[in-house]
Amino acid sequence: MSGFLSSSIGKKLIMSISGLFLILFLVVHLTVNLLLLLGSEAYNTAAHFMGTNPLITSIQPILALGFLVHIVYAFILTAVNAKARPVKYEQVSQSHSSSLVSRQMLPLGLALLLFLVLHMIHFFVKLKVTGEAPMIVMEDGVEMHNTYLLVGSLFQMPLYAIMYIFAAIFLAMHLSHGFWSAFQTIGWSNEVWRGRLTWVGYAVAGLFGFGYAIVPLYFLIFQPITL
Amino acid sequence: MVLDAKIPKGPLAEKWSKYKASQNLVNPANKRKLDIIVVGTGLAGASAAASFGELGFNVKAFCYQDSPRRAHSIAAQGGINAAKNYPNDGDTVYRLFYDTIKGGDYRSREANVYRLAEVSNSIIDQCVAQGVPFAREYGGLLDNRSFGGALVSRTFYARGQTGQQLLLGAYGALNRQIKAGKVKMYTRSEMMDVVLVDGRARGIVTRNMVTGAVESHFGHAVVLATGGYGNVFFLSTNAMGSNVSAAWKAYKRGALFANPCYVQIHPTCIPVHGEFQSKLTLMSESLRNDGRIWVPKKKEDAAAIREGRLKGSEIKEDDRDYYLERRYPAFGNLVPRDVASRAAKERCDAGFGVGKTGLAVFLDFKDSINRLGEDAIRARYGNLFQMYEKITDHNPYKTPMMIYPAIHYTMGGIWVDYELQTTIKGLFAAGEANFSDHGANRLGASALMQGLADGYFVLPYTIQNYLADQINVPRIPTDHPAFKQAEEDVKAFINRLKSVNGKQSVDHFHKILGHYVWDFIGMARDKQGLESVIGKIRALKAEFWKDVRIPGEVKGLNTELEKANRVADFFELAELMAHDALEREESCGGHFRTEFQTPEGEAKRDDANFMYVAAWEYKGDNQTPQVHKEPLNYEYIEVKARNYK
Amino acid sequence: MANINVKLKIWRQKNEKDAGKFDVYDLKGVSTDSSFLEMMDVLNEQIIQGGGEPVAFDHDCREGICGACSMFINGRAHGPDTAVTTCQLHMRSFSDGETITVEPWRSSGFPVIKDLMVDRAAFDQILQEGGFVSINTGGVPDANAIPIPKDDADASFDAATCIGCGACVATCKNGSAMLFVSAKVSQLALLPQGRVEASRRAKAMVAKMDELGFGSCTNTGACEVECPKEISIANIARLNREFLGANIKS
Repeated sequence: MSGFLSSSIGKKLIMSISGLFLILFLVVHLTVNLLLLLGSEAYNTAAHFMGTNPLITSIQPILALGFLVHIVYAFILTAVNAKARPVKYEQVSQSHSSSLVSRQMLPLGLALLLFLVLHMIHFFVKLKVTGEAPMIVMEDGVEMHNTYLLVGSLFQMPLYAIMYIFAAIFLAMHLSHGFWSAFQTIGWSNEVWRGRLTWVGYAVAGLFGFGYAIVPLYFLIFQPITL
Repeated sequence: MVLDAKIPKGPLAEKWSKYKASQNLVNPANKRKLDIIVVGTGLAGASAAASFGELGFNVKAFCYQDSPRRAHSIAAQGGINAAKNYPNDGDTVYRLFYDTIKGGDYRSREANVYRLAEVSNSIIDQCVAQGVPFAREYGGLLDNRSFGGALVSRTFYARGQTGQQLLLGAYGALNRQIKAGKVKMYTRSEMMDVVLVDGRARGIVTRNMVTGAVESHFGHAVVLATGGYGNVFFLSTNAMGSNVSAAWKAYKRGALFANPCYVQIHPTCIPVHGEFQSKLTLMSESLRNDGRIWVPKKKEDAAAIREGRLKGSEIKEDDRDYYLERRYPAFGNLVPRDVASRAAKERCDAGFGVGKTGLAVFLDFKDSINRLGEDAIRARYGNLFQMYEKITDHNPYKTPMMIYPAIHYTMGGIWVDYELQTTIKGLFAAGEANFSDHGANRLGASALMQGLADGYFVLPYTIQNYLADQINVPRIPTDHPAFKQAEEDVKAFINRLKSVNGKQSVDHFHKILGHYVWDFIGMARDKQGLESVIGKIRALKAEFWKDVRIPGEVKGLNTELEKANRVADFFELAELMAHDALEREESCGGHFRTEFQTPEGEAKRDDANFMYVAAWEYKGDNQTPQVHKEPLNYEYIEVKARNYK
Repeated sequence: MANINVKLKIWRQKNEKDAGKFDVYDLKGVSTDSSFLEMMDVLNEQIIQGGGEPVAFDHDCREGICGACSMFINGRAHGPDTAVTTCQLHMRSFSDGETITVEPWRSSGFPVIKDLMVDRAAFDQILQEGGFVSINTGGVPDANAIPIPKDDADASFDAATCIGCGACVATCKNGSAMLFVSAKVSQLALLPQGRVEASRRAKAMVAKMDELGFGSCTNTGACEVECPKEISIANIARLNREFLGANIKS
């Protein structure tokens, strides 16, 4: 099995599985995100649940590992692939034969990684490490972070909102190839399912892109939090 | 020299089984001690090398291509014959044998052809077991189609790429033996000479085409499976690298060369369109199953088409001359290749030809498309239609194809006996390189059959009969004087070519030679032309040795040197073809002497005087070669005039 | 039919060790009916007449089936036409006055031998690992003993049409040989004859492919677009499936 995982297809499989796992994370994250549109109470309760439920918190290291594996293997594969063509072509014409996105998965991934780092600094660090995020006491007397205020106020800043929207677009692009590609690598594709999976991939990409972009857009336009 | 074909005694149908039952074999432990050299990795070579390896012999296989998979067998399109009688249309081994003899115009050896028909069924079984994806019916069983010269459907096919699939099957078997260490493969290696020790073939000298190194290789036996010599015409359907050189070196070392004038001009090729052209493209004969061949009935219509004023599709049905259906109502468009080719030439020479040059006839699918629908035609011939459109820029679904005959296959080759052994002991020849099975004309879908029969089912037996008493012969080191001398000869030959240092490229001479051969030793020959062309060829050859220019170095990769080596041999072969055509004062199959024809323009054989194989012996540079005759006896077949009406 | 003038920018490299460089040639009066290789013949004739050394390139059958020809033309494997090899590419695909860049396949698995000629022995080595059905000559069942559904036979054939030219590797941004490997694995996996050793085959061929330095597949799909035989990347999914299945089993 170790030979399998170190083979080119094995490495690709690791990329696929970790990628699909990260999509699961994206679903949960998006669901919670969309609660921002419903107001402070719903979102804060959900965020509190996510931050305190032992099941969820115990998955966190696995999630981190998922990211790590996906990123590390992206670099390993890219390095191997670069070695496969030591002398570059003088002229390359690819626009007709493959999509830009499919050729630029690493740069897209890097952009997402950069965003992830910022994202962590803005939210995760404040909530989990320094604890400098504002607090709120709910009606039932439970005290929790006012994540709604933290997130919402950031989204109301045009620079941050636009950055977030761009990240959503990059994510959608990354998924528009990555989703179908993951199934292809696992081998769950054929002449018939290939078309279907491609479209499902586009739909998934579109939903995530739209879902993640709509929240900052909402805060940017309607400015629901008065500071 | 008395030519002994070593045909086993007994009734025709039992000859091969009797031979196998009584031949000498080599025991498994001794096979390891024996080396066999196989030159060429097409159907015959790859299948032979793989089979020898499976039996336990040590095999060294050579090809000039970068991979054995690229041998020109790969380009065969239509199919492979076998007497399976799956369609229940009355086929038998005897009928396949009979059709092949008749198709060859009664100029092939009965015993060989019967054996070919006999093993044909095993070939199909073997290939299917290898995973060759033959065409199948919805019921899951194999599909057949019909080919020229037969009244039954006995041709197995894999779309229009049968040769490719069969070769890849044999190449797979070869790869398996390479992996097993039983076959050592030498690619990009050109055979430069065969080495004889005490009168037996004991190895070859090669030139490594990448490094330029001249190397010797020992073998207890040597098999030449080096294909045909169609490239003597310059323009042919052969691959650019196809050459006669290996066979020619063997000829010069004493192997007889049989029936060199029997060449096949294939009727359905894409017409020549310019001087820059490097090769001709064949459109599979299978197209004649559904395409109808015609020219305009009126000369003025033909002229209008040539000048581009009229399109073929605009000619009315009544103004079309379906000349094959008219002349040969029984076989129609499915007459054998030589007949179809000559009929096309006859119409074009008479002024009814179409295309810009007037050297083309129509092959029309309109009726079939109306009858079966475009999709059915696409399923059958899609890749051929696409190929045609890529080359000509015309869509054959809409406008009739234009075709013209072109040199495609050479029935002549190194003389071999029943065991496929040449007149040099220990030197064998298989596939197109030998002369044995097709007589004066080869039927469609028979070349693949013969190549694989020789390699899978004939040589693995007969070579053992030769090797059985060779088990005590130790491997001869390649520093033996015979090898050293052959190497020196090869190096001297190469240096001589290189040192000419003239002005003209190799292709320059090759193209002129091609025109000579096409004009004088092509579809129609006569005494005067043949006598004159010998002088022309000799003069051109002399010119070549005075004025050819080979740039680059002798060491390292040198494509011009490779070409020059091959063309030097083509000059000599062309001359031999002329001698053979001159000597054979009759018309038969692919050999048509205009002096010998019926009032209707059909070939007129002279069985009383020419029912023999003409095997030529080399007598020295620019010397007239000597002919030896092997009489052909037909005991099991009634010799008749070929009739496809 | 017309004649055009072209400028050719061609990679020249004396041997594997030479650094190599581009040379530029002017070629006038090229018939648009000629194939790309016939144009190269005319160029070589011109070079020889001028005292130079002709451009070396692989070619043989010149009818698109042997897989020998291998040129990277204007940034594309086998040039600007689709579903053709270089020998079937015709000059009508180019315009008058155009500069045409011609390069060899670039891959660590395909070292340059000379000029535009590369060594594709790696493909043979991969197939030697298992690109066959392990049966000896003779002793096989009747050809009609095993019925095979027509659809399977057709799909197998589609994969079997691979000519081993290497365009997939040449065109892949990762220099991956997955299309080539998957074509042979698929052809045989789809047939009962080849099914028997499908697992062993997939593992052995992939291991060899990796060992020879080809890149990994990122599913861009460029290979199937440039493949002269239009072999589908659905075969790559099948290879992945076979490989995964083989490794789960053992």
